[in-house]
Amino acid sequence: MALLSLQNATLRFGGIVALDDVSLAVEPGTIAGLIGPNGAGKTTAFNVITRLYRLESGDVTFDGRSILRTPPSRIVRLGIARTFQNVELFPTMTVLENVLVGAHTTSLFEREANVRRSALETLDLVGIGNVAHLPAAGLPFGTMKRVEMARALVSKPRLLLLDEPAGGLNHEEVEELALFLRRLRDELKLSVLLVEHHMNLVMRVSDHVHVLNFGRTIASGPPAEVQRDPKVIEAYLGGELEGAA
Amino acid sequence: MRRNAPALVAVAVAALFFALLPFGLSDYHRGLAASVAVYLIAILGLNVLTGYTGQISIGHGAFMAIGGYTTAIMSHYHNTNLILTLPLAFVITFGCGVLVGLPALRLSGVYLALATFALAVSIPQLPLKFSKFTGGSAGISASKSVSNSWLYGVSWSTAAIAFLFTWLVLRGRTGRAFRAIRDSEVAATSSGVTLAIYKTLAFGVSAALAGVAGSLFVLATNGFAQPNEFSVTLSLKILVGAAVAGLGSLWGVLLGAAFIALLPTLSASAPLIGSAHGQDVVFGLFVIVVMILLPTGVAGLIPRLRRLRVKA
Repeated sequence: MALLSLQNATLRFGGIVALDDVSLAVEPGTIAGLIGPNGAGKTTAFNVITRLYRLESGDVTFDGRSILRTPPSRIVRLGIARTFQNVELFPTMTVLENVLVGAHTTSLFEREANVRRSALETLDLVGIGNVAHLPAAGLPFGTMKRVEMARALVSKPRLLLLDEPAGGLNHEEVEELALFLRRLRDELKLSVLLVEHHMNLVMRVSDHVHVLNFGRTIASGPPAEVQRDPKVIEAYLGGELEGAA
Repeated sequence: MRRNAPALVAVAVAALFFALLPFGLSDYHRGLAASVAVYLIAILGLNVLTGYTGQISIGHGAFMAIGGYTTAIMSHYHNTNLILTLPLAFVITFGCGVLVGLPALRLSGVYLALATFALAVSIPQLPLKFSKFTGGSAGISASKSVSNSWLYGVSWSTAAIAFLFTWLVLRGRTGRAFRAIRDSEVAATSSGVTLAIYKTLAFGVSAALAGVAGSLFVLATNGFAQPNEFSVTLSLKILVGAAVAGLGSLWGVLLGAAFIALLPTLSASAPLIGSAHGQDVVFGLFVIVVMILLPTGVAGLIPRLRRLRVKA
């Protein structure tokens, strides 16, 4: 059974159909890529899953249960943690404090020293233990993305929603990210839903790729298959040509 | 723990200073020094709400009024021990704060400021409506008055407890949730922080501290609670004090409190301007100058100095 699934999810903003009858699933212990041109509805799907947006029709289930009645602040307690496309850190707090907020749900009856230790371990895991005591504002963009990743991971999620983790990263950092994502899946047994524009990364790490265009599913399958799909090629090529004009 | 050492030393020195200070002061100055403690408690309260949670209030005079009337009424009608009225005021104004915090969940920024401003205007008028019970515009007095030495001791002890209480509330998980809400509501929610709970909690704690300050405020005015003592000006004064102290940090509260408590008295007979409006003019000028020189308040000086030291 799928860990997360959207079933016939539909959402409109005014006249624009942001999600049009979208069904997708993330199997446990896998990385699922969610791709599509700008405005395809990828981030909207994240916001639906984390209950920031309300679906008009359709359902979202996690672990077999509908989460449409779960308040947004309880989503992380279910085991779903996320990052944000444009980075939503707590700028006046230190990196460590940012991660400690991520541990909000797991730290209620925990000793502060233990919570700190687990936050520092998570920072080491994402490779930025050395900036723990710096203010979050003013860090390089790639480091901020890692802080967000640590803040999500420290809540011990089962499903991680990553919104463009490779955005603004250089070639080397993307390589590191690819290794890291595989580690999350293989060593920590995490499931990942990955929204990303970096095609090479998505195709290399994903077990399954889902393609949206104008809110509609145009392809879904293993990376190799999706890459050859004429509809996908057209959506991307068409989009690029339009962008260039 | 070593990280906190300078802070602990600072607190210990301050405690010693305020324990010895009354022996070197005249009776009048003891009263004045006590009023610094009263404002300090109110500023702590406002700082929890505005500084840490990012919810602006210009209505804390209203919570002070509720606390002050609690003390006066309990003492007047039930002859309650004056010190016991302080925790009572804490509990009652905590409840009032939560009640105000609930509708305030739907407001933010300027709109929240305006709504709390309405509180500051309207709450002190309520005693006029129930004048048989509250004494109307003439006010109501506690059953006994207290000496300035008593006032000094109780005010500063309460201020110390209030400071410790605020520090404990803010230092761990709760304080982080407050600040997370101030920085990014979306990210706080995604991290599992329930906005409604923490925002109303901040309102409750903040109002409770203001309420205790209000109780002491009434005791400091010969135990008299009067509507026009809790005017809008009082709310604004607390806000100025919090801004001078520095929002989002506790280390400036003492200077913020001293600023609003002592400056009007010190400038009462300003040269050239005359005694009638002298203190208002001087107060206003000082606020402008301080805000230009210290835009982040006294507490903002600490990181600035640290940066200087790193450069040097």
